[in-house]
Amino acid sequence: MAINLQPAKSALPDTGGRISTSLSVIPAKKFGYEQARHLLWRAGFGGTPAQIQLLASWGPEKSVDYLLAPEKVAFEQVTENQFDNSIMRPPTAEERALYREAARKQDENTLAQLRLKRQMAEQDDRRQARDMQKWWLKRMIETPRPLEEKMTLFWHGHFATSYRTIQNSYHMFMQNQLFREHALGNFGNLLFRIIRDPAMISYLDNNDSKKGKPNENLAREIMELFALGLGAYSERDIKEGARALTGYTFEGDKFVFKKNDHDGGQKTILGSSGAFDGDDFVRIILEHRACANFIVRKLYSYFVAELPPDERVRFDDLPATSKTVLKELAGTFQGARYEVRPVLRRLFLSEHFYSSAFMNEQIKSPTALLVGAVRSLNAPVRDLAILNDAMDLMGQELFFPPSVKGWQGGRSWINTSTMFVRQNILAFLLTGKKPQGYDASADMQKFDPEALLSELATADPAAAKDPRQVAEYLLRLTTGRVDPHAVASLTTFCNQHNNQINTNTLSGMLLLVTAMPEYQLC
Amino acid sequence: MDLHNAHAYTRREFLGNGIILASAAASLPYFVSDSARAMTMSMSAGLSSFAGVPEDHVLVVVQLGGGNDGLNTVVPFGFAEYYKARPGIGIPEREALKLSGADGVGLHPQMTAFKELYDEGMLAVVQGVGYPNPDRSHFKSMDIWQTADTTATGDGWIGRYFDAECCGFGKGESGTADGSKKSQEAASGSSAPGIAIGRSAPLAMQGRQVKPIAFESADLFKWSGSDIHKTLNETYQDISRRGQIEGADPDANSSFLMRTSLDAQVSSDAIRKAVASASKVAYPGNELARQLKMVAAMIRAGLKTRVYYVQLGGFDTHAGQGGSQGRHGQLVNQVATSIQAFYKDLKASSLDGRVMTMTFSEFGRRVGQNASGGTDHGTAAPMFVAGPMVKGGVYGEHPSFKDLDDGDLKYTIDFRSVYAGVLTGWLKTDPKLVLGGNFNPLAFMKKS
Repeated sequence: MAINLQPAKSALPDTGGRISTSLSVIPAKKFGYEQARHLLWRAGFGGTPAQIQLLASWGPEKSVDYLLAPEKVAFEQVTENQFDNSIMRPPTAEERALYREAARKQDENTLAQLRLKRQMAEQDDRRQARDMQKWWLKRMIETPRPLEEKMTLFWHGHFATSYRTIQNSYHMFMQNQLFREHALGNFGNLLFRIIRDPAMISYLDNNDSKKGKPNENLAREIMELFALGLGAYSERDIKEGARALTGYTFEGDKFVFKKNDHDGGQKTILGSSGAFDGDDFVRIILEHRACANFIVRKLYSYFVAELPPDERVRFDDLPATSKTVLKELAGTFQGARYEVRPVLRRLFLSEHFYSSAFMNEQIKSPTALLVGAVRSLNAPVRDLAILNDAMDLMGQELFFPPSVKGWQGGRSWINTSTMFVRQNILAFLLTGKKPQGYDASADMQKFDPEALLSELATADPAAAKDPRQVAEYLLRLTTGRVDPHAVASLTTFCNQHNNQINTNTLSGMLLLVTAMPEYQLC
Repeated sequence: MDLHNAHAYTRREFLGNGIILASAAASLPYFVSDSARAMTMSMSAGLSSFAGVPEDHVLVVVQLGGGNDGLNTVVPFGFAEYYKARPGIGIPEREALKLSGADGVGLHPQMTAFKELYDEGMLAVVQGVGYPNPDRSHFKSMDIWQTADTTATGDGWIGRYFDAECCGFGKGESGTADGSKKSQEAASGSSAPGIAIGRSAPLAMQGRQVKPIAFESADLFKWSGSDIHKTLNETYQDISRRGQIEGADPDANSSFLMRTSLDAQVSSDAIRKAVASASKVAYPGNELARQLKMVAAMIRAGLKTRVYYVQLGGFDTHAGQGGSQGRHGQLVNQVATSIQAFYKDLKASSLDGRVMTMTFSEFGRRVGQNASGGTDHGTAAPMFVAGPMVKGGVYGEHPSFKDLDDGDLKYTIDFRSVYAGVLTGWLKTDPKLVLGGNFNPLAFMKKS
């Protein structure tokens, strides 16, 4: 495999012509190391030097098609008994009878025992929720199908549901699997499934929504946050939609439609009238022209560049450049009847996606930072519990999004405190030195940084011994650009260590590089 | 190339110049620029006190996590029902520390330190604090207390206080979520961010605009690679204090990260220097004391932070909590002795008059003990407010034992009335702006 080393980009961002509005396919000759690296970070969680080189040699179409077809890459299937579904099971008839009897007799001892049992179960369930966080983090780190997990995380943030509210870890797991199954599937199908999802039903109180007293929560959020966005519907549409969704509830882990609780009367939703049920409600929403725009905009913010949220800037008020691109993508989405894959394919192959203004300008989510660091640097995982705690400290606790709006993302990830957490969790991965709040002993697993240099060493053995060239190579790998000031600093650091390139100095350089503000970008 | 001269200025220097600052501030997220400026000013100018202006008022919030058993903290020895419900763990009347002017209630015998504060007239005991339709989930109820909203949604109440101070935003007013220019211009520059001691910043401190600084121990509020090797630290200081990439778009994320990185270094320097100063009094050896000692040091060093947040956990006493002796007694002892030491420390520097301390827990516990010699999640419980500015005494009625809600106490004072009292009486802010709704501020301040 030929080493494809394009000239490094200038450290100074150019000012003109940085965004191409073209959605035509990027020519293979323009798809080199930088573009392959960009694709790996955005459509996944970054890559090693070898992976970057491989994709660069494949060219854009083969690379994108590979990433978009996770089903062709073998990986451990998730089974439904991955986690225990019995911890929060509803009480049996006998247990309910026992409780009623104790309550009637004011038998404080029995009542206290029942309460204690319940509290123990809740404790077990919180433990299982933590296990799930670690499990998912591990899966993201290990998967050979990164886009599948990246999209699962996208849907988790989009249809944000929090364990904190529903306190049922198995329901969160079922929802997570739903997102994984539909990761690159059909948005419409997912929306039909989400109104049947116990976690969502419980999170947005649809289990309390009955004929005569509909709860508007689910109908409102489907319109406002999940499918259409503000301005596309009226309060009346919400009220009528809520009626259509009455009786959509669950028992145990199963969706049930309670016909007696369902309001079967006439409704008018977004201009259509009929005796609608929940499926009709979803169908009507999917027919609305705002839907494709809305979803495409969120995908774009996730994969390309942050756009202001819908509640601040309506679609029509977006800058012309963004709007042009989004409209074309929305057209693709509609043409494909809400299949996600064709939209992403078009996006990942476009000249637009590789515009210099977008390269290395996205703030990594805590997930991208951690998972990406392990994957791209071949760092040892060391301790999933510590990584999972760091996720919380950095503001992205999996299965605990802060609200139904999901994570705000972008600059909200960064403040003086999270900055140190981000640097220190990287220091932990690279050296085993535990971050704040943990005992001082270090994890002794060896990190082999010299492996990262093997591509450089193969191409040019002398370069792999030269501090300046090694610094440039590492900066290009980790930050995507070669900042002359950083090159000078890293070279001086090596000078202080007799210009040796060895495990120690390389670890030191990587420690420094991952502590650079630019490392927070991808 | 000489690393140390590569970039001639650090933030500290360029913030020292007011004219440069004004232009810099326009492109800085205001809380970044402001905290850096506040800390730089206080450090370099040595301003340790701003007597007479409300800015020198400090609030310390003490969170007791897990649900503190209120009935064994402020003991209702005058009520026979209490002893009936707690045959094993009830505190005998003769052991409860009687409070002058209070009828039928006294402190847990392990709380002699609080009894002393009470006798000095600087401890307010607020009884029966809670909220309507109490939630018994740790998560949910803690969120309710921290958001000061019974739906447990929205920003933290202290965060909203900062938002109101900096930008005039009221509850639920979003402002610009990304710290864009509008809010920066609105920033009056009056508030340094709050500081939370702990691994993560609590929801209570999270504002829409103002985000807190959080660290477990100040020595760890820094890059952990710095003590691996001297040369590493020097290079790190150089690359993390660049402040900007020459010629880069100041609105780009890369520029934002450069500024935040520099700001983190400045904050870290100021805080670590502050807590390095030794305290003049002895603190007990527990986690809360460790945190309060740091807070005292930061106040002494003149950081302009107005709200500190500290935490002690372990109050979820489902089993074997003990009575006069035992686990719960140790916990309340830690609370009382730590806060007393904190005030002795502050007094030694004549700073005690600037600092009000308030304790809370997400809920109290049930009236009846359970089969395991412990207590389960309950509802209303007492809060403590301490400080020389506080009018000592017992506030409110003890909840009735005759009128229980499924074995739980009914609250007599809404916790938001206590918050309102702190906001209006001490932080000099309109509580309506922060809390929404109309909550009668509890008047526990001395007339000044």
